[in-house]
Amino acid sequence: MSATSLRIDGKHIEAEEGMTLLEAAQLAGINIPTLCQHEGLEPYGGCRVCMVEIEKRGWSKLVAACVYTVEDDLIVRTRSEKIDRIRKTVLELLLAHAPDSPQLLSLAREYGADKDRFEAQASFCVHCGLCVRYCAEIKKANAVGFLDRGKRREIAFMPGIAAAECASCMECFALCPTSALQAAYVWVSALVPPLDHAEV
Amino acid sequence: MDIESIDQIIDTHGAEPSALIQILLEIQADHHWLPGESLERVSERLGVAMTRIMHIATFYKAFSLVPKGRHEIHVCVGTACHVRGAERVLDSVEDLTGIQPGETDVDLKFSLETVNCLGCCALGPVMEIDGKPHGKMLPGKIADVLETYA
Amino acid sequence: MSRIGSPVELEEYREALRAERDPAKPHITLCGGSACLATGSREVAAGMEAELQAQGLGDQVELRKTGCRGFCERGPVVVTHPDESCYLQVEPGDAQEIVAQSVNGHAAIDRLMYTDPGTEERIQKESDIPFYAHQVRRVFGSNGSIDPKSIDDYLAIGGYSALEKALFQMTPEGVVEEVKKSKLRGRGGGGFPTGRKWEESRNAPGEAKYVIVNADEGDPGAYMDRSLLEGNPHLILEGLAIGAYAVGAHEGFIYVRQEYPLAVENIILAIKKAEEYGFLGSNILGSGFDFTVSVHMGAGAFVCGESSALMTALEGRVGEPRPKYIHTAVKGVWDQPSVLNNVETWANVPLIINEGADWFGEYGTEGSKGTKIFSLVGKITNTGLVEVPMGMTLEDIIFKIGGGIPEGKKFKAVQTGGPSGGCIPEALLGLEVGFDELTEAGSMMGSGGMIVMDEDTCMVDVARYFLDFLADESCGKCAPCREGTAQMLKILTDITQGKGKAGQLEVLQELAEVAREASLCALGKSAPNPFLSTLRYFRDEYEAHITEKRCPARSCKELIAYHIDPALCRACMQCMKQCPADAIDGGRNLVHVIDQSKCTKCGTCLEVCPARYSAVMLTSGEPVPPPIPEEQRIIVRKGKEA
Repeated sequence: MSATSLRIDGKHIEAEEGMTLLEAAQLAGINIPTLCQHEGLEPYGGCRVCMVEIEKRGWSKLVAACVYTVEDDLIVRTRSEKIDRIRKTVLELLLAHAPDSPQLLSLAREYGADKDRFEAQASFCVHCGLCVRYCAEIKKANAVGFLDRGKRREIAFMPGIAAAECASCMECFALCPTSALQAAYVWVSALVPPLDHAEV
Repeated sequence: MDIESIDQIIDTHGAEPSALIQILLEIQADHHWLPGESLERVSERLGVAMTRIMHIATFYKAFSLVPKGRHEIHVCVGTACHVRGAERVLDSVEDLTGIQPGETDVDLKFSLETVNCLGCCALGPVMEIDGKPHGKMLPGKIADVLETYA
Repeated sequence: MSRIGSPVELEEYREALRAERDPAKPHITLCGGSACLATGSREVAAGMEAELQAQGLGDQVELRKTGCRGFCERGPVVVTHPDESCYLQVEPGDAQEIVAQSVNGHAAIDRLMYTDPGTEERIQKESDIPFYAHQVRRVFGSNGSIDPKSIDDYLAIGGYSALEKALFQMTPEGVVEEVKKSKLRGRGGGGFPTGRKWEESRNAPGEAKYVIVNADEGDPGAYMDRSLLEGNPHLILEGLAIGAYAVGAHEGFIYVRQEYPLAVENIILAIKKAEEYGFLGSNILGSGFDFTVSVHMGAGAFVCGESSALMTALEGRVGEPRPKYIHTAVKGVWDQPSVLNNVETWANVPLIINEGADWFGEYGTEGSKGTKIFSLVGKITNTGLVEVPMGMTLEDIIFKIGGGIPEGKKFKAVQTGGPSGGCIPEALLGLEVGFDELTEAGSMMGSGGMIVMDEDTCMVDVARYFLDFLADESCGKCAPCREGTAQMLKILTDITQGKGKAGQLEVLQELAEVAREASLCALGKSAPNPFLSTLRYFRDEYEAHITEKRCPARSCKELIAYHIDPALCRACMQCMKQCPADAIDGGRNLVHVIDQSKCTKCGTCLEVCPARYSAVMLTSGEPVPPPIPEEQRIIVRKGKEA
């Protein structure tokens, strides 16, 4: 693999072609916050916490460091007024769902995010997708997945598969940044027999 | 619902995973919903995870996991119809049928959905029932139109 | 029908077709586009057919059911040939007259002709009608001449000659060069230079390449692609085949939304016919080039109009967009180079190949060449599909072609670019339509929807409406869009309901920045546009809603009230009888009063109160006068004692 040469926060870095900005930054000891990133899983690019600013040929824009691959002569900034402002708001939007998440709260302290800024939301899922992706990519059981779209999007266990697989596994619980209880709650409710339509 | 009809649809598409959405569209068209057993059959024969099928079945508006009513009411809320008063039409339909978009009434008579643009903007606001567009709708006219459906 | 195996055979076949079609021979064309079907063109067709039989003209006069002709407000539309007499809002009962008089060379039928609203003059010829006269219908015009279900009709007007030229007289690189030279920009919303996209795919490594037609057309109020696909499916197939040849693809997809059943039907039929005749399949026209096309239906998700989401849907997955740091032209469907273009973009290709890049550039501005089809809808007199040169002003489109605002109302704004676009106010009506011009004004070209709004449209509600749409259509994967649109929607809803608070505009702008900068795809990134553009040009409306709890357009339900002016009410009982909420008290000689606690603000009373009384008042931001005492509401009619 050929080397790619770029600058991150002023530091010159030689990275391998095909590496992501996140990987290149890690090489150089530069920390970029993440939420949905997991080294055993494909990069997801969903939480947008890792947004960084890139500049090339005079143009600059924000990109997700976990999925953007390195390029020659790229100039990358991992912190700036704008980046910090955006990270702060993203955290506040997520904290409305999970105000007790240790991971989110620690990032909140760093970026000055107010967990009570937005009205509390009913579901405490932040859609990092770790449980779904872990079960699909590593366990290959596909016991839990996403349903619906937009604000109505939620995780759900497939009753039949969950009943057979989850009791002896439960590895996704520890990955959940919000609350392991969330996963358990949803799991338990999936095992309750569905109501007969005629009885409703 | 017989498994054979499901198998036939799957076979027409060569049981290709990439045809998953097309297969589900045909099942929906035939049965007016996606019965659980049909989804299990599709999962088995295509070799795709149930999570993928369930996500598709809930992500796309064309699919329903519960049986729909005999008559499907589609109220167009596209921008042109909106600007001509579609919200008021929708409110009246909700009042008269007792259901919200996405729901079916208890008698399984009407199902209500909002749609974005039927391409009949000249007739806006448009309410389509069973594929038949009723144009230039006003809140006061709706009761009469609905009454014509048994 | 055996396959046409060479250019010579094609020309022979075409000549034979033309020989048996005498342009001077009378024939009748009737619009069978979806909008005209909705106003009864099927019944008119049946009436015409019956009449032709009855008058013994069945063999002499052809009745051709064409695709959409664009004048949707006045459908069903019938045009008789060769005189080109255009008849509007035709009913089955008119068939006898149309067949007898016009076709037999008698005087044309006045009452069905277009009447100029200013001069009351009757206009007979289709091309003289102002709606059409100011258009340049290079792409859309053929819709009126052909039956979309007939490949012979398409061949007779020169169809598939561009494909023949490309395959036999040009190299693939030459085709790419011509499209680049034309400066054709994508007609679906992005406005990306088409030639450059093709070149990128042509040069990208990959075992298989794909060409895709985006016929998802999700922008509400836009139906140009529908009418093109329904009315001239072969034009799109021809463009697609040329693109495939240029790029090196052998497989094509047409992704069409399932909400367009007629378009689906016509394109499937067109593919079948094209295969039969040899314009698709292996060794097309003996050129050695193979190309097949299949149809994929959408299942009801606006986000699938986004190119990477569409490609994911083609793979049989949920339409979640992917980051486009690597162009889909390089890594698209199954990570192979894929050229995705909009229906209208593909439709322009055969014309460019046949007539040349210079011809294409005869119309348009420096940055936006050619013509564009717009769906002109909303508060406009001539609702329909119009094709104009880029560079025409909004004013000309809306007033000269569109006939201005109906019912004497005042123009307020025109919304372009769908949910990703913005509203353009009266002050900018002189704007010359083009990609960059619209973007600079805070909107965008988008796919071509042009929704006209008048004084009764609340601009805050417009922003709320689009956020509601986007929050529902968001795929939900990324937080800025999923959470951002939901929060923006909540705040805007509160504002339209009179619950607005100081500081909320600032919060909205912050959320707008997050969505614009950090969203995963264009849906999220452009979601704030309707809000930002209405804030830019109509900030006073936002202020009124928040501080005064007043809706200047008198539209937001929670901020308006209807009441009846007792001095003007003549107790005619019209509103009483028609009120769907039974909210009006009164009687034959008793001035009517609206019970505010029951009123649902549907507006029926205002609609039905006779103009000579105009007793129903619509107010906002002011208290409703209390009802006058019952004794004072008794009306004494002339000549009657109390």
